[in-house]
Amino acid sequence: MNTKILRGLVTAGVLALVSACSSTPDEPAADDSSMTQESDSGLSGSAVDSRELARAREMEARAQQDAALRRQLTIYFDFDSSQIRDEYTAMLDAHARYLRDNPNIRVRLEGHTDERGTREYNIALGERRAESVRRALLLRGATRGQLSVVSYGEERPAVLGSGEEAWSRNRRVGLVYQ
Amino acid sequence: MIIRKLLCALLLGLPGLALADLEITITGGQVQPVSIGIVPFAAEGTPDSATDIARVVEADLARSGLFDPFPRQDMIEQPSTEAQVRYENWRALGVEQLVVGSLRQAQGRWVVDFRLLDVPRAQQLLAYEVPVSSAGLRYAGHQISDLIYQKLTGHRGVFNTRIAYVTASGPVDKRVFQLMIADADGYDPRQLVRSTEPLMSPTWSPDGRQMAFVAFENGQSAIFLQTVATGVVRKLTDKPGINGAPAFSPDGRKLAVTLSYEGNPEIYLLDIASGALSRLTRDPAIDTEPAFSPDGRHIVFTSDRAGRAQLYRMSATGGTEPERLSFEGRSNARASYSPDGKTLALVHQDERGFRIATMDVKTRQLQVLSDGPLDESPSFAPNGVAIIYAAKGARGAELATVTTDTGIRQRLSQAGDVREPAWSPFHN
Repeated sequence: MNTKILRGLVTAGVLALVSACSSTPDEPAADDSSMTQESDSGLSGSAVDSRELARAREMEARAQQDAALRRQLTIYFDFDSSQIRDEYTAMLDAHARYLRDNPNIRVRLEGHTDERGTREYNIALGERRAESVRRALLLRGATRGQLSVVSYGEERPAVLGSGEEAWSRNRRVGLVYQ
Repeated sequence: MIIRKLLCALLLGLPGLALADLEITITGGQVQPVSIGIVPFAAEGTPDSATDIARVVEADLARSGLFDPFPRQDMIEQPSTEAQVRYENWRALGVEQLVVGSLRQAQGRWVVDFRLLDVPRAQQLLAYEVPVSSAGLRYAGHQISDLIYQKLTGHRGVFNTRIAYVTASGPVDKRVFQLMIADADGYDPRQLVRSTEPLMSPTWSPDGRQMAFVAFENGQSAIFLQTVATGVVRKLTDKPGINGAPAFSPDGRKLAVTLSYEGNPEIYLLDIASGALSRLTRDPAIDTEPAFSPDGRHIVFTSDRAGRAQLYRMSATGGTEPERLSFEGRSNARASYSPDGKTLALVHQDERGFRIATMDVKTRQLQVLSDGPLDESPSFAPNGVAIIYAAKGARGAELATVTTDTGIRQRLSQAGDVREPAWSPFHN
């Protein structure tokens, strides 16, 4: 049907077509039998087409947004907490969608703490954080086989030094695509 | 009393690898140190001309915080036998104890002959001949220090023991980790393991011949066992998840370890010879940092089953419900037993941060020993007199010791991070 409409209006510019379609929605498209079954059939065919375009654009935008979200690879945590803050929902959604759509991709979740507290206890705390991210991704459609967990506790800080500024940047889970 | 002792820099013969000695600072203490004169030992040609044996003894005794060595340059005589000593001279100088000695060859071997003399009573307290082993004069010196220390304090000396520790150096994204062993005075640091991934939790086997530690490889932790003399390393566990916190049983046959492969950090017993595992804890909380009592009957560990990290004690065979030991402050963690089993060393957290404390096992009385705010990893000296731990210093993490009764402190530091000290058992 697209071909027919395009052929019929081949002398008009594409922009004219688009404007014509949208400005004259009631004009019948007599030669398109499939569309005649519905009362406003002919030009609604063109409307579907534009909707497709918009959807494609939206999907593209969303893919770009997803890609941008997937470039975020770190989730930060409050002191002594393994609870994922709401601000990471969209980011985790994006990673989970990508993992769901790419079953062969694997990601390692690396849990970390700040320097306060004893070292082996922090290993356990870092694992608890990585586990909470793992559960969040499973819940959103990633599969067990795609996710592995390691905790480095306080052994691999993102930044050296003491104080809340450094500590807040070290309490984290990193997503490492394999 | 503040004594600064900068040990000469050493280079170990490893390619491109400079291993710095630990620099020692001694502070504090509520005791009046005993004035002791350690006269240079007489010698005719020595097997090791670089080592001044009297200086080794002097440094050892000063480091204990209990002795104040009389300055060599102020000595008005330098006797090497008791017969040569004029006690009145030393009394006039206020010297309370005197050490004299000589080094001689006997049947092709070197022997150090030394005497400990009580100056006020003009009396000989010790007379020993110490053979010079292949390890050299430094170790003969430490042995002499041990004998003097034991005679005068009643405690066995720890001058011939060693410490293991972990160093981390380099920029944050290119850290290099080393597991090191040095003499208890920071001398002669040797590298056991080097890795670009974290090394953790070194712990000595009860006979001092092996060391268990944690390493990471490609995002997987594992517990290793290394024979110190040969350097041979054996991997003991690399289960999915945590493999951590190894602690030897007193007979050296088992390790208590933390594993999370069954879904949650729990404490297990690992039979070293067979690799067989038996699980000791069952709780959805974190259970970690196990340590055996010296009689092998109990294990203390850290758990946050009540909300925050606290100390618990259970039977070393599991089974019964663990008993909570600590209630003071915000949290208490990483306990280990003193050699006599009567005291725990631990990390106590309150509004002043993380500090080293002891707990009397019977009365549960807590005594804070350090200033914080980020002190961790306490380890008892094998004579139980002092605890070595890690603290934050001006140059990064550094080691410190504190005596449990007199509060005498030492700091052992070098450029870069030095942490997770583990004091060796006695050298047999």
